[in-house]
Amino acid sequence: MDKPPVFPGQPLKRTRFTSNIGFVFMAVPLALLVAFISYLVVYLLGNGVRVVNWQFLTQPPLKGMTEGGILPCVVGTFYVSIISILFAVPIGTLTAVYLAEYAPNNLLTRIIRSSIRSLAGIPSIVYGLFGVALFVHGMRIGLSVLASGLTLGLMNLPWIIATSEEALSAIPGSFREGALALGATKWEAIRHNVLPYAFPGMLTGVLLGLARTLGETAPILFTGVTYFTRELPKTPFQKFMALPYHLFTLSTQHDQIMRVRPLAFGTAIVLLIFVLGFDAIAFAIRMRVAASNKWQV
Amino acid sequence: MTKGTIEIEKLNLWFGTNHVLKDITFTIPAKAVTAIMGPSGCGKSTLLRSINRMNDLITGVRISGRILIDGQDIYADATDVIELRKRVGMVFQKPNPFPKSIYENVAFGLRIHRMGNPNEIRARVERALRVANLWEETKHRLGENAFTLSGGQQQRLCLARCLAVEPEIILLDEPASALDPQSTARLEELLVQIKNDYTVVIVTHNIQQAARVSDYCAFIMLGELVEFDRTERVFTRPSDKRTEDFLTGKFG
Repeated sequence: MDKPPVFPGQPLKRTRFTSNIGFVFMAVPLALLVAFISYLVVYLLGNGVRVVNWQFLTQPPLKGMTEGGILPCVVGTFYVSIISILFAVPIGTLTAVYLAEYAPNNLLTRIIRSSIRSLAGIPSIVYGLFGVALFVHGMRIGLSVLASGLTLGLMNLPWIIATSEEALSAIPGSFREGALALGATKWEAIRHNVLPYAFPGMLTGVLLGLARTLGETAPILFTGVTYFTRELPKTPFQKFMALPYHLFTLSTQHDQIMRVRPLAFGTAIVLLIFVLGFDAIAFAIRMRVAASNKWQV
Repeated sequence: MTKGTIEIEKLNLWFGTNHVLKDITFTIPAKAVTAIMGPSGCGKSTLLRSINRMNDLITGVRISGRILIDGQDIYADATDVIELRKRVGMVFQKPNPFPKSIYENVAFGLRIHRMGNPNEIRARVERALRVANLWEETKHRLGENAFTLSGGQQQRLCLARCLAVEPEIILLDEPASALDPQSTARLEELLVQIKNDYTVVIVTHNIQQAARVSDYCAFIMLGELVEFDRTERVFTRPSDKRTEDFLTGKFG
């Protein structure tokens, strides 16, 4: 008599009970997360929404920051974001194109690629310190909008490279091959059959990176942000105010913390709106691309 | 010698240490359909991709021997690969239209090679689509995305795209393997129609297809050329026992 075959492992028990347990295990953490985020938003709005109005956005802080608005912070954050983007996007996307399309697949490339991934995980305060050494002192830019913008850009660079490279790698090889087989040069194939289709993905990465940058405090802390300045920066070499640092000041450094608390919540709401705004734009782009995407089955 | 003749001389090809093509020597005649058949993994696609140097894109590839097109060695240092691939078009196994409009798919090659002003490009696109038997089906929807076409139409579009830049030679790498029987029949008809104007080389693992469309037939096994002759001769009186076994379905 033949023995029946014995397969390794236990037979899978597919009962309604285990299936329900699996569902609960995944649904409960999600529900907790949603509840936490909802609470956070409601709490912020409840405490700060009454101070957020047009004057709040268009006035500088007045009377020792106990009144007035956050105009210099909005403008300062806007300026450093622009500088960080102008600095990081060209370098980051070109690096990504090189890594994804041109670099040979060897040990050196793999080391460079994983180094970039690791750089994305370095604490932002380290970037801040590096910014002081390189931009403020090394290049003698001084504490300024420019030094802070460059430091933020530097921090954003690994993220932009990684997301752009991913967007490029997602484009099917057959687009490149088809063009090359027609006698296109490598650059023509990339220019016409890769970049246009990778562009939305790259833009999404840049916007998400920008949203992250907006809220960063540590990199600007040593490189140019200031506690208070009456005037808006007129040149990139002046100190400036910024939303995240202003929030820090109002919540922990002010001598009348309880009195300025609504202003702190208002600042937090404005910062959150900026961050969520960029995230929403990135999300909208992704949805549009997904809807018009004809090549991914 | 007629324009479009491909002479393959002692071609050897390695991927790393893997010796894929071994001492292949034969001449593919111009203005005819030549089928390359053989069991899976025998190197027939690799042989095809040597003719327009698409293997160059793979890292670790090493090639010796010569391939002469119209008497010129395409692996010589002086060869312009861009020009070569314009003369030697290719249709891939899976239809790979670009995610552009039907019109732009065909116009793409014309634009990168700067073949004419907008009016001439329009005329050439129409001609290529007509030759590929696709004009009547698509003339009212040229602006639509190529991915809205059926698989068979997409493959004919890929052929039109390659015809538009006026190659002498057309390489087809199992072009019907992803198509239904009806689309396959239309594609095969098309190949027979165009063979007086182009040298057509088609890789196929489908014996019946080779018999239907080809004038000449090469049989490859384990990287070696077993037999090359007129198709009717290969099919009626094969000179090698292995060819006979393959054709009668003993393996493959």
